[in-house]
Order: sequence, then structure tokens, then C-alpha cells
Amino acid sequence: MRRLSPDALRLALPVLAFVALLTAVFVLRPNAMSYNGFHLLFKLAVPIALATLAQMVIMAVNDLDLSIGTYVSFVACVTATFLVDQPVLGWLILLASVGVYAGLGVVIAWRQLPAIVVTLGMSFVWAGLAVLVLPAPGGVAPSWLAGAMGWKPPLMPLAIVLSILIAVLAHLLLMRSSLGVLIRGVGGNERSVARAGWSTLRARALAYATAALFAIASGITLVGLMTSADANIALRYTLLSIAGVILGGGEFIGGRINPVGAVVGAMTLLLAGSFLTFLSVPPDWQIGAQGAILIAILGIRVLLNRLEAQG
Amino acid sequence: MTVAPLIQVDTARVRFGEVRALDGVSLAVHGGECLGLVGHNGAGKSTLVSILNGGLALRDGSLRADGQPVGWSINAARARGLRCVFQELSLCPNLTVAENARLMHRSLGGGAWRRRARAVIGAALDAVFPGHEISPDVQVGSLTIARRQMVEIAMAFADAGTPPRLVILDEPTSSLDAGLSAQLLAHVRRFVAGGGAVILISHILGEVLSTATRIVVMKDGRIVAERPAAAFDHAALVAAMGSAARDHVARRAVSQAAAVLQVPAWRGGLPFAARRGEVIGLAGLGGHGQTEMLQALFDHANPNWWPARDPAVTFVAGDRRLNGTFDLWPILRNLSVGALGDLARRGLMDRRAEAARGDDWQARIGIRTPDMGLPILSLSGGNQQKVLFARALSTRAPVVLMDDPMRGVDIGTKQEVYAIIRSEAEAGRTFVWYSTEMDEITLCDRVYVFREGRIVADLSGDQVTEPAVLAASFAGAA
Repeated sequence: MRRLSPDALRLALPVLAFVALLTAVFVLRPNAMSYNGFHLLFKLAVPIALATLAQMVIMAVNDLDLSIGTYVSFVACVTATFLVDQPVLGWLILLASVGVYAGLGVVIAWRQLPAIVVTLGMSFVWAGLAVLVLPAPGGVAPSWLAGAMGWKPPLMPLAIVLSILIAVLAHLLLMRSSLGVLIRGVGGNERSVARAGWSTLRARALAYATAALFAIASGITLVGLMTSADANIALRYTLLSIAGVILGGGEFIGGRINPVGAVVGAMTLLLAGSFLTFLSVPPDWQIGAQGAILIAILGIRVLLNRLEAQG
Repeated sequence: MTVAPLIQVDTARVRFGEVRALDGVSLAVHGGECLGLVGHNGAGKSTLVSILNGGLALRDGSLRADGQPVGWSINAARARGLRCVFQELSLCPNLTVAENARLMHRSLGGGAWRRRARAVIGAALDAVFPGHEISPDVQVGSLTIARRQMVEIAMAFADAGTPPRLVILDEPTSSLDAGLSAQLLAHVRRFVAGGGAVILISHILGEVLSTATRIVVMKDGRIVAERPAAAFDHAALVAAMGSAARDHVARRAVSQAAAVLQVPAWRGGLPFAARRGEVIGLAGLGGHGQTEMLQALFDHANPNWWPARDPAVTFVAGDRRLNGTFDLWPILRNLSVGALGDLARRGLMDRRAEAARGDDWQARIGIRTPDMGLPILSLSGGNQQKVLFARALSTRAPVVLMDDPMRGVDIGTKQEVYAIIRSEAEAGRTFVWYSTEMDEITLCDRVYVFREGRIVADLSGDQVTEPAVLAASFAGAA
């Protein structure tokens, strides 16, 4: 049997976990195996997948972003207010925030600051800005957005279609293009990349800017689905995105990422939440139970890694 | 009309603190020649290579490329076709071979770059290692060490817009088997015949003798011999690396005491044994398995689950900043941390005993400081090393392992420490001393010479001489 590439093997685990959970959900709720069932199960898949991809790009350069959740919330607040009645100003604000993110990447690299601390501090800035923009839950989705996210394609629910599209685009951008090679190279062996004549500072700025673009897409699609926003709407995306990347076969350091795996990982986590609801697990226990599922899946992965290293 | 040398260095001098890495080195490399660079530890080969490839700025001396004095940097060197292959991995293990080629050669950009990158690296691999079977789409991290080395070497010889003119190979055959080494050297000869230049650094003298057109022997930061390769043979090279006869060091007779440490046939080499009261030296070129043996001896004798009450071995680190000093602590704490068990009563530290021990060792070993409570970094490098020694010697462990601790230390401190080692050995302590300096090796009672990860020679008594150690450090056959 021809040996699969390491990337393909890493993808196998999240896909298998996803299929296992999906099967379990169908056993509990046979009605879920329908167009509407899928639509409801994966309604929030797109924003979570995009936030996971944003985190993945940051992890590709060996950093960690603890501000994804508040940043997505900020973007959602801006979308639900400025993009409705002052669209030009709204887009300018979002563009400026991409610049801030890129600047963050430069500052972290240039002064050798720990990314965790800087992004944690930044998360409070985004949280404050979100509250300033939208003090109380409210706002509306721009009409074009609500229409786009409300579209019902014939065969598969929009969430599935978009998820596949996002996975393919992310794969092309990060695994096949020159930019992706540069970003992952910085994560793999930054010294050698610098010696080859590249500006690693510019590479990191590009990585952070790319992550910001993914996060903006996440916030916008979230508002399109929820048709309103509030300053805390996406706080849990921070930890969910990290879990999604790791579940999908990515690693904290070394520049090893897997875009398709990250999307599958995000959807698996979403599914785990629904699975627990169908099991009638009380909401207070759900986070703990989600964590337990995550630990179980990662334990299996460590086991597989060890077997692979021996064999 | 003579062609200007590709690169020329004149009276280069480089100092790292106390150490004179290069002491007035002048070297010129022309196209069409293979320069063999040979020397023992501390000869200055790595420093010279760093100067040539732009990694280290040359402040004292001049550098000319193609006859012009130019501002030199890594980018400038690469732009003029200078490539370097080191022993440590310079590829990104998470990327494929072709993607690494794309990163290392910036000119491969644009659409359809993958196909061009594959072609470039594939052509280079085919040229240097025909029949290699390495696919350009395989992840570097999943390749064996030998294949990674092959990819690195091929990357240096690859032509992706700027053809390589001078390739520096630093121990390139260390991970390659005999067949691959032969292919590489054959390619080096073809490359040189085609007008390129190669600088070959190798401890396998046969390779250097068979491939180089000119051989340069370095020692202690200077060039001591420079002749066409035909004028050298194995014995002449070893003799050139040595120095004038030195005073005979009084050495104790071969001990008949019981062995305190023993390792039968370490990795297929000779067996190792250390007896009570001996000073054993681990010699050979740096990085040939000496540190691994010290670590194995330490791990074997020390349980790593629960600390032993009576430690059997203790360790003096060579890389102070990495695994020696606790930078934020005072001198006294740095000294006492090795013997906490002895200084504690019912789990609490006995401050007076600690201070007394500190004063005692300060006097014995000569730590120059007005107050043992000052931060450790207020001491000079030599004194910091003395504190590390005191830490090890103040334990009750009968065996002391030393990992090249005198590197970069001033000569005065060295002499004091040698005297202390002698007196402790007389009192019955055993020392296993990895050193990269010939002077220290010749102080030992018995010396094990390492080469390629295992012990190849066991010298004792009057056999411990510089020529004998040199001869064993360098391999003969190609």
C-alpha cells in the first residue's frame, strides 16, 4: 500500500471524527438527515470556519492570537451599524483594522514580544471599541448581506457550499501559492528564510493581514446569519478557533497547518455542541463535555503520531 | 592578464571576547580550484567560513570580491554566486523540496513556479547524485538525514538564475554513505573543472587529499601551511596540524584502582572505563559524540524520577548561558544549588551553613568578588565558570563530568582550575573531561579519542601526545 503523505494522514483523523459524530447525531435524530436538518446543524459553520482559518494563519508563523473572538465581535458590530447606513465609512474602518492587525504582526516580530501577551492586550481594545460602536445588542444586517446569507441553493445548504468553497480557497492560498509557502516557511525555519533574502517582517505583516481578512469575513457572515449583533457575540471564537486548528491537524509551532483540516475541525466542534444538546446534556455541562471530546480526539492523534514514529 | 580571485581576504582578525578566532588570515580563492580547509578544534575554520559567506562582519582586515572591495553581507554573497552548506539543517522541514527551492531562490517566482522549482531542484539532484529517487514533492521533514543532506547540497549547486560560482561545503559527507560521498566528490571535481570553485572542509583527510587542488591547514586562528594537494599526504597533514614539541607533563602512573564508571563498546567503538582518582580526557573534533557520551553517563548514574540522596555523578556545563548559571540569582545561590540536600534541615535551608560553604569555596577556588550576595552576572566569564566548578565540586559526588567548560575562559582562570582538578584527583575524585583544547587534553591521565560518534583510540600515560590525538581524530581513507 503506497504510503499517504503526512498531510493526508493528519487529515484523516478530523474527517473520521466528523463522520463519527455525524453518524451519532443521525442515530439520535434521524430527522437531521435532510436538507433542513443539515441547514440547522451547520448554520453557524461559516463564521466559525473563517475565524478558525484566521487563527490558523497566525499559528502558521508560530504565534497565537487571543483577540480573534473580540475582533470578530468588533467587525460584527461595525457591520451591523456602519455598513448599513454609512457603508463607505464602515469599509474604511474595516480596512484600517486590517492595517492595525498587520502593524501588530510587525511590532511583535520587530521587538520580539510574545504574541500571546500582545494579542491579549489588543483583545481588550477591540472589546472596548465594539462596545463603543454598539453599546447594547441590536443593529441590523445590511440588506445585501441578509439576502446573500439567506439564499437557499438547491442541492446542499448554503453553509455546506460555502464551507467547501472556503476550504478550497484557503488551501489554494496557503498551500499552493508563493505567499503561502513564504508564510509557512517563516514558521518552519525563520532564520533560513531570512538568509535567503526575504524580509520576514513583511512576511509576518502579510500573514497577520491575511488573518484579519479572514476574521472580517467571519464577522460579516455572522451578522448575515444572525441579522443582528452585540459586542460579545463571538467571544468564544478565540478558544474554538485554536481547538479547530489543532483538531484539523495543525500545530502550534513549526509552520505545519492544514486548511481543509481546520475547516473540518471547526465543523466537528460545532457538531459536538449539537450532539451534546441532542444527548440532553445540560447547557452548563456542555463546555466541559466539548472539552472532553476534544481531549479524546487529540489523545487518539498523539497515539497515531507515536505509532507512526515507531513504524 | 590574470583573473581576479573570486574572493580574497587579507589579514583578517576576529576576536570573540578573550578568544582570538582569526589571527591575521589571508586567503584568496580562484575559479577552477578546490580548496581543502583542514584543522583541529579552534583552528578558525568556522569563523573563516562565516566571514566568507557574509554571516560575520569583518572589522579588522579587508575583503574583496572579484577584485573589488564591496560591502559584504549574506545577500551580497549570494548575489555573487556564493553558496554555503552547513551541517545544521537550513531547510524548512514543513515544506516540500520544491517549495524549499522556491524560498531559497527568490528568482523562481511568478506563475507556474512549482513546475520551474521542481525542474530546477530535480536537475540539480540529478547532476550531483544520479539515481537519487527523491521526489520534489515530498516533505523535507519526512526525509532521512542523508536525503536531507543531499537536498541541501543539491540546493547549493542548483542554478535558478544566479549560477553558483563558489560553493563552501562544511563536512558535507558527515551524513552520507560511501557511495553518495563518492558521487558528491565526483561532482565537485566536475564543477571545479567547469570553472567553479569549492571550499571543502572535512575531517576525512582522504577526501580532502583526493578532491582538493590546494590544501590550507589552519591552527589557532592562523594558516600554518598552504600547498598544492599533491605536496601533502596523510602524515604530512597531521604533522602540519600539530605544534612544536612542548614540555613533558608529569603524569601519574596508570591507576590500578577499581573502575567507577564503565561502558562496554560504546556504539561499536572501544570500551570506556574510568577509575578512581583518574582524569580522563575525551578528545577528538568537536561534535563527534563526546557530549552524547557525557549525557549518557549522567543519565545512567542518576535516577531521573526521584533525586538521590548521594549523587553518583555531577556535571559541569560548558555552555554557561544555556545550562549553567541561573542569571537572576546571586553568586551564593548559584553555588549552593548543587548541594541543597546537604544544606537543608527538615526541608528548610540552613542559611549559616550555606554562607559558610560559600566563603569556604570562595577561598579555595578564588572567586573574585567582594560579596557572595551579588548577582552572578556581575562576575567575569572566568569567575562565573569557577562558580559552576565550585557547585559541582561541593557536592559529594565522586565523579565529575565536564562538558568543555573552559571554552572562552581567560588563561589565568584556566591555570587555577587545572590546579584544583589535579588536587581533587589526588584526593580520589574522578574527572571525565571533554575538551576541545589540545593543552587540556595533554593534561589528562588517559584520553579517549572520539570520531564519528564512537571511541576510536585509547591513549594512556606517555601515549597522550598531540600527534597521537591528531592522528586518531582525523580519518584516513576517503
